[in-house]
Amino acid sequence: MIPEHDPQRLQLNDAGKLRHFLTIEDLPCEILTEILDTAESFVSMGEQSVKKVPLLRGKTVMNLFFENSTRTRATFELAAKRLSADVLNLDIKTSSTAKGETLMDTLQNLEAMHADAFVVRHSESGAAHFIASQITPDVAIINAGDGRHAHPTQAMLDMFTIRRHKGAFEGLKVAIVGDILHSRVARSQIQALNTLGAAAVRVVAPKTLLPRDIEALGVEVYTRMEEGLKDVDVVIMLRLQRERMHGALLPSEGEYYRLYGLTQEKLTYARPDVIVMHPGPINRGVEIESAVADGPRSVILQQVSYGIATRMAVLSMATGGQAQQRELSQSMQQENNQ
Amino acid sequence: MKLSIIGGRVLDPAQHLDEVQDIHIENGRILDIGPAAAGFQPDRTLHAEGLLVVPGFIDLATHLREPGPSYKGNLCSETRAGLAGGYTTLCARPDTSPVVDSAAVVRVVQEKAEAARNTHVLTLGALTQGLEGQLLANMSSLQNAGCVAVTNMHSPIRDHRVVLRALEYAATYDLRVFFYSQDPDLAADGCAHDGAVASRLGLGGIPETAETVALARDLLLVEQTGVQAHFGMLSSARSVEMVRSAQARGLAVTCDVSMAHLHYTDAQLEGFNSLFHLVPPLRSESDRFGLLQGVRDGVVTAISSAHLPHEAAAKKAPFAASEPGISTLETLFSQGLKLVEREELTLIQLLASLTEGPAELLGLEAGALYPGYAADLALLDLEAEWTPSADTLCSAGHNMPWLDQPQRGRINATLIGGEMRYRHPQWQDESVLPL
Repeated sequence: MIPEHDPQRLQLNDAGKLRHFLTIEDLPCEILTEILDTAESFVSMGEQSVKKVPLLRGKTVMNLFFENSTRTRATFELAAKRLSADVLNLDIKTSSTAKGETLMDTLQNLEAMHADAFVVRHSESGAAHFIASQITPDVAIINAGDGRHAHPTQAMLDMFTIRRHKGAFEGLKVAIVGDILHSRVARSQIQALNTLGAAAVRVVAPKTLLPRDIEALGVEVYTRMEEGLKDVDVVIMLRLQRERMHGALLPSEGEYYRLYGLTQEKLTYARPDVIVMHPGPINRGVEIESAVADGPRSVILQQVSYGIATRMAVLSMATGGQAQQRELSQSMQQENNQ
Repeated sequence: MKLSIIGGRVLDPAQHLDEVQDIHIENGRILDIGPAAAGFQPDRTLHAEGLLVVPGFIDLATHLREPGPSYKGNLCSETRAGLAGGYTTLCARPDTSPVVDSAAVVRVVQEKAEAARNTHVLTLGALTQGLEGQLLANMSSLQNAGCVAVTNMHSPIRDHRVVLRALEYAATYDLRVFFYSQDPDLAADGCAHDGAVASRLGLGGIPETAETVALARDLLLVEQTGVQAHFGMLSSARSVEMVRSAQARGLAVTCDVSMAHLHYTDAQLEGFNSLFHLVPPLRSESDRFGLLQGVRDGVVTAISSAHLPHEAAAKKAPFAASEPGISTLETLFSQGLKLVEREELTLIQLLASLTEGPAELLGLEAGALYPGYAADLALLDLEAEWTPSADTLCSAGHNMPWLDQPQRGRINATLIGGEMRYRHPQWQDESVLPL
């Protein structure tokens, strides 16, 4: 396979360390565990009065958001600032691409500004891969969501949340409920859970919201909540976009809520110590009942605060992997010269 | 002007001929195969020992990029690429800019082709005006201007009644219709085969039914109208089955598949390789088997190039945003030879699909080496290796996944009417006079 089309070779440096974070797919369990362990070391920092470490001092992180996002962008910005990096937020959707500039043109301009990391969100699946394969390899590319493909930092903060509450992944049964078809979060979660060794990953949705041959991703498919939630340790609810009603995917919010909305009653199918997660923003009364979202089993707000620590972990690991790669390349060059 | 091509392995599927023979050519036409007739004195002799001598290839639908934006190529560069690929006849697609929906545009294409002096160029006309699927194109005028078939290419016609009337009208004038069936609603927002790979990569899926539902409609309307119909670039095994059963019912329909679809599956999309972004999409391994089976048992009568040259920027975008297509003409035979090496096709099946098959369905006196036919032929070296590179390709489009990768099977020369219009720069033959 051509290296630029081999996700693993693109994401890891010659020493096997992370240099881009584009997708969970093909990353070894050790890298995922390293992200979780590194995040653990950052999580207590948020509670201290001085919330900064100098790990990325003098480095520049560019948030390139080709698609709108409030929460993800804010947590990436905070994460970079707590690592002492200089942060530049570029809302590209409303600037250059609206003027007819291609993604390639935009990238070449940004490349000339010599950033150390790009945090990228884009509406096209594969956009982060494309950027990582096209621009100078020195810049760490962090995927902050590309189309329906991947949202790996969201998945890792979810894994972090699960590990904090459940201790380990072995033996865990996890149900992901809702619009799997359009969800980059679900795809990354499924890959992370399988890599980390969860016992069972289930998806629960009507067939219109399930991608074709989804079983090949390593999931059990359920179409009914009673069966799908039975004895699970973790329930992850996905956001339902209102425009799904118009694409003839669902008849109405009311029917969806009746069948798949997470209510206290449906939650009783799961294990008593189940935790309820949601990548946000939640639609109360569409996919989740307020009493559940705000209830004792919900860890939704913790997910948000863990998001900063997880993104700090990924940013520091990827920029570190890039620095290591530069040293490796230099010493290789010196050897060749001798 | 008399020419003898001597000592080559003459392989002509139409005549079931495969033996070392000499070919004698006079006034641009094949005079004889075998020992020269008494008194035949060639002006020139081509030594073809160790080479294959075959009828020139015929492509059913080639994008020659003219009229249209020149940065994607032009008729001269793409017909030159055709020669370099062993092609002697190309059918120019009508989905140009402007569309080939009037006799005037047909004449522009034909004049450019004559000036280029590369391959023969036949033209395909539009089925509907502007390919918009609403008003009928002036099909009879297109026919009089020389169009060998009419087609809406990949532009769908949603309105069944428009299709019915277009076919009735085409049937009135015995005009052949090429279909590239795909239902636009089932294919909406898709860019990849609807299967496990697209699901994992989060790419919009195009289900097999996008092709088969449209194909079913088109087959039924063909049956109703009795129009001569050909179905191009089928991508799914099920579609080949449908054409097979239509043929079994006695319907005179034909079909082709593209070389890329015989080779590759959606597994190539791994890592978002936009060079494999195609229309119709690459499908599953069982689809690939079904297409190959169709070629082997003759349901599929032609292998098409689906040649679609692009400038580099067209592929430099995230997968779905990249423009679909591969520049294929120059490497098509080498790609086909890989199928022969893997024993998925025989050499005869491969060559028949590039010569006799397309010639027959177009009703051309070509694609074979019968005495009296124009001496349109190619000299192939099955063993020689060569490497397509940006420096050496004739096509303006370098969008090929196997660029800079060594290929086996080289087109040493392509002759049109006995005139050598192309010679591979690395082919050394002392008997060859300069072009």
